[in-house]
Parts: sequence; C-alpha cells; structure tokens
Amino acid sequence: MPSHQTALSRALDNRTFLGLLFMLPAAAILLMFLTYPLGLGTWLGFTDTKIGRSGIWIGLENYEFLWGDAVTRLALFNTLFYTFVASVIKFALGLWLALLLNKHLPFKAFFRAVVLLPFIVPTALSALAFWWIYDAQFSVISWVLMRMGIIHQYIDFLGEPWLARFSTIAANIWRGVPFVAITLLAGLQTISPSYYEAASLDGASPWQQFRHVTLPMLTPIIAVVMTFSVLFTFTDFQLIYVLTRGGPLNATHLMATLSFQRAISGGNLGEGAAIATAMVPFLLAAILISYYGLQRRAWQQGSGDK
Amino acid sequence: MASVNIRAVHKHFGSTHVIRGVDVDIADGEFCVLVGPSGCGKSTLLRMIAGLEEIGEGEISISGRVVNRVPPKARDIAMVFQNYALYPHMTVRDNMSFALMLAKQPKDAIEARVARAAGILGLKDYLDRYPRQLSGGQRQRVAMGRAIVRDPQVFLFDEPLSNLDAKLRVQMRTEIKELQQRLKTTSIYVTHDQIEAMTMADKIVVMRDGVVEQTGDPLSLYDRPNNIFVAGFIGSPAMNMVPGTARMNGGAAHVEFGAGVTLPLPHSARAADGQRVLYGIRPEHCMLSDAGLPAEVVVVEPTGADTQLYCRFNSQELNSLVRDRVTCRAGDRVALAPDLAHAHIFDAATGARLTA
Repeated sequence: MPSHQTALSRALDNRTFLGLLFMLPAAAILLMFLTYPLGLGTWLGFTDTKIGRSGIWIGLENYEFLWGDAVTRLALFNTLFYTFVASVIKFALGLWLALLLNKHLPFKAFFRAVVLLPFIVPTALSALAFWWIYDAQFSVISWVLMRMGIIHQYIDFLGEPWLARFSTIAANIWRGVPFVAITLLAGLQTISPSYYEAASLDGASPWQQFRHVTLPMLTPIIAVVMTFSVLFTFTDFQLIYVLTRGGPLNATHLMATLSFQRAISGGNLGEGAAIATAMVPFLLAAILISYYGLQRRAWQQGSGDK
Repeated sequence: MASVNIRAVHKHFGSTHVIRGVDVDIADGEFCVLVGPSGCGKSTLLRMIAGLEEIGEGEISISGRVVNRVPPKARDIAMVFQNYALYPHMTVRDNMSFALMLAKQPKDAIEARVARAAGILGLKDYLDRYPRQLSGGQRQRVAMGRAIVRDPQVFLFDEPLSNLDAKLRVQMRTEIKELQQRLKTTSIYVTHDQIEAMTMADKIVVMRDGVVEQTGDPLSLYDRPNNIFVAGFIGSPAMNMVPGTARMNGGAAHVEFGAGVTLPLPHSARAADGQRVLYGIRPEHCMLSDAGLPAEVVVVEPTGADTQLYCRFNSQELNSLVRDRVTCRAGDRVALAPDLAHAHIFDAATGARLTA
C-alpha cells in the first residue's frame, strides 16, 4: 500500500504532528497523575462520600457547613497567620543570609553548604528533632534557660495555643530559610559587579546601592521564590502533623491538617476534600499577585517601543 | 578639569605582578589613550585611577591631590564601562540623573543638566525608554550622557566601543573625540585597538606586561617607535621586520640579508659592525621598484583606495602597501625598495631602537 505509506511518512515529516506525538506521553502522565486526582478531589468536595461508602452529589452543602464551622474558621485563620508570619521572616532572614553569603567570606563554600542543611534533612526527621526540642519535660531550650536562671519552670512550647503557633512557625522558618537564601543568592550572583562599580562612582552609599541596584534587580527572583515559599507554607502538613497534630485546642490546625483529619481520620472524605479545595482560591490569588505585581516589570519586557 | 599624575605605581593580584612601576603624566584637557594587548594592565591602571582597585604601591594624583585613600565617589571622575553598566530598571532619564539625585541636587537643576546632555548626544527622544529598548550605539551614548551630566574633572573610558559593530565603532570614535574637544575634559581611554588610539589620542601610552613601553603623541610613536614591540603594535598593516647583519664600512654602512642582498643603513643608525639587527620598514614605505629586495608575491589584496601586497623575501614575510593600481599577481617576482628615510633599525637581541 504505497499511498498509505506516504501518508504516514508525510505525517511524520510534519513538525506540528511530530511535536504533538512527542508530547503525548507527558500529557498522559499529567492527565493521569495531576488532573485526574485534582478533578476527583474537587468532585468529592461536592459529595457526602465517607470511607467505605460512595456518596451522592450534595452540591455546596459541605461548603455551607464548613462556613459555619468554628474549627474550619480557626484553621483558616491559623493558615493565614502561619503563612504570613513565616513568609515575612523567611524572606527577611533569607535575604540577609544571601547578602552575607554573597560577600567574599573565608570558607564561603563551607557556609553555603551548611545553610542548605535544613533543606536537605527530611521534614519528618527535622520535625521530630523540633518535637524533642519543644518537649514539655526534656526541652533543651527550657533546660538552658533554667540553668541560666532566666526561668524557673519548664516551658510547655506545644501546650499553649499561642506558644504552639509560634513554635511551629519557628520550625517552619528554620526549614524554609535555606530555599529562600540559596535562591536569592543565585539571583544576587547574576547581578553584574559593574553595576555596583558604576553606582559607587555615581556616589551611592552601600545602603543606596542595595536600595537602587540590588533590590530592583532582584525583584523578579524575589517574586518567584516568595510565591513558592508562600505556596509551600500555606500547604504545610508534615511539620504540624508530627509536632502537634493540630493541637492544642486546634490552635495549630492548618487547612491541610484539618482536611486530612476530617477525611482520613474522621472518615468524611467529602468534607475533607471540600476543605482542601477551599485552599485553591487562596493559592491562585498568591500566584496572580506575584505574577502581575512583581514579575512583570516594564524594563524586562522585550525591546518593543513604549 | 584636571591633570592626572601616576607615579611609580605597582599592583599585585596574588602572586601576579600586573603593574610594574608605571609613570604617566596627563595634562589638563588632554585625551590620553592607554593601549596594549589584553593582559597588559591597562584596564587595571584605569580602575586604579577610578578607585575600583586599590593602589598597591606608588601614587596617583588628580589635579595635584593624591587620591590613593580617596573613595571613588569623592574623586570627581566619571567612567564609561565596556558593557555600559546602564541600570536596566531605570529609564534613560533616571540613569543619567542617578548620580545627581544621590548628590541631592535640586530637581530643576537635574532636569536642565540631563536635557542639555541629551541634547548634545541626540537622546532627547529616548529619555523615557529603558536600556533594553535602545540599540548598541544609543546605549553607548547614554553611558556617555551619564558621565557628562556630572561635569567631572576626568572622564575614564574602559574599552567603550568594543561591543559595537565595526561601522558604528568608527562613528562613535569620531563622536567621542568631538565631544571631548568640545567639553575639554581630561580623558583617559583604554583600548586594545591601535587604530582607536591613533585616531583619538592627544597622547598614547603603549603598555605591555605591566610596563609602559612608550609614551607620546600618535605620529611620533608611528615615526619613531622605541622598540620592536611598539613598532609592531602601532600602524596597520604592521611594520615589516627583516633580520640582517649590520656592516659598518665607513661611509658605505649597510645591512646584509644574506644571498648577497644588502640595503644601505640610515645615517642616523648607531650599530656596531657585525651586530644582528632588524630592519624595520612599514608596508607603505616599501615600494615596488626596479631595484630592491627580490620578493615573490603571495597574495594581492586590493581595497580600492590602495593595494596590499603580501610577499615573501628570504622565506620572510614582507608586505607592501601601494596607492597605485598594480598589475602583478600571486607568484610574480618583484623588487621591493624601502624608503631609506623611513627605515627603522632595531637591535635583534634587545629589540631596542638603534636609529637616532
């Protein structure tokens, strides 16, 4: 069948057709492992599925219930608070570390490697370490403070609502700073030294050089790294689950942990899925703000006329 | 406006001795070009004048004030960088007014000076653009505008034209020179391109391996190079260097090239009998004639205005640049006669000039 042969070989010579063909495996994997679970999760949120019983479509009932549910509202507040405080501090600390590591320090490579350590250790493992550090009876912090005579009673880091919130935030910061610092360091190193030389000839003090050269030229990287940092923090699960399981009095429950608790431990798959789905608008908002607010700067856009 | 004096300056980078005792005096209003092959230390010297590199040893003074311990911003200089170093996030206007803004000049004064500089450089229509939206030549002009709005004592240029294409380079060369003549600001210009040095400079400083080989105005370097390095570096196409032996037979002093070929020694040359010398002759002073060095034509390159002949004499390259149209072709045997008045004799061992 010569005509059939030529049709096939002609199709294989077509760049568009070939491109589509080569993208098929990737598309299949994305559909199977990303789109399908996301769709299934969203759908579950509109049903009253429980473990062991397939549910029926109940529309927005889950969301209506969650809107009036005090624990969900608390979890939303916790998540926003946790994300905001942790992200701001991670940014400040990360930028500071990046600026330090960008200087010509002795043992520069060594320090850069050390900074990465918290990022390399598996979260569950570092969470265990923090659990021990925060333990009501064996806390090393309490022990040191006692020895120094600053306190007279062991601190129950994970037992008081606000203490627990700040303790988990501290652990999250410890874990998240390396990512911010190393990424910003990479950004700093793309800034040509000649800008600083030009600025110093222009009479800029170190602070003015930071303010007028470093910061504006780093904004695109800051936007990317902070978007990721906010997404990771907002969806944090492991740290909380190991440290507090959402307690005390749900003070550290995040949307992710609450969703897991309602869906898996509580068996209400539909309700858990609804909580998880409710996180999506927040995450989308974070991405959009960073994309339109920080990343797209006029000076970065092509060479087109204004 | 100011003079710049460089006294016995040395610089080490680790164990590398990059500047080895440089003395240069640049007069007020002079256009001085530091030229040399890459790695000769010319950029390092410029950066030391700017204050971007520490001065290892010696002294640099600007209008009589020693600046070794003066930070860059207090030296009252402006620098044009090789990559221009225009702040990409600022418009042309902001780039040019940045230094004035940091110096807390009043707004309308800044506006006026930027407008004046933009007028001089033909940038009036581009003030609200970002560097990305400009062509290479326009960026180059903005970099110069940023320097001239400050009205500094000294302009420093670090290979400012090396990122431009050939045609634009020639044009900007003229523009920079014209601008300098108009502003009469002392300028120090670093380049590796001897044509730029020759065409722009009032004074050329030829450097090699961290030392100054020769200082002088362009034509005196061209006419009387101190050694074979300067002779070969200045002038294009490069000077021919034919090895030979000096023979001092009273009034008939000459150079022997072997195979019975000799050329008379210029009267001013002070060579010893039997001394190995290099007979230097520029291609433009090496004419086709009936009698002279017998050579074989290898390549003929007509450019229209003149013709360059690549020839071989004694298995040695010997080139000629002639204004007339020539009929000879590759493979022809020709005679090349050097113009004795423009011959340069160098010691073959030390490379030093022997002609007075």
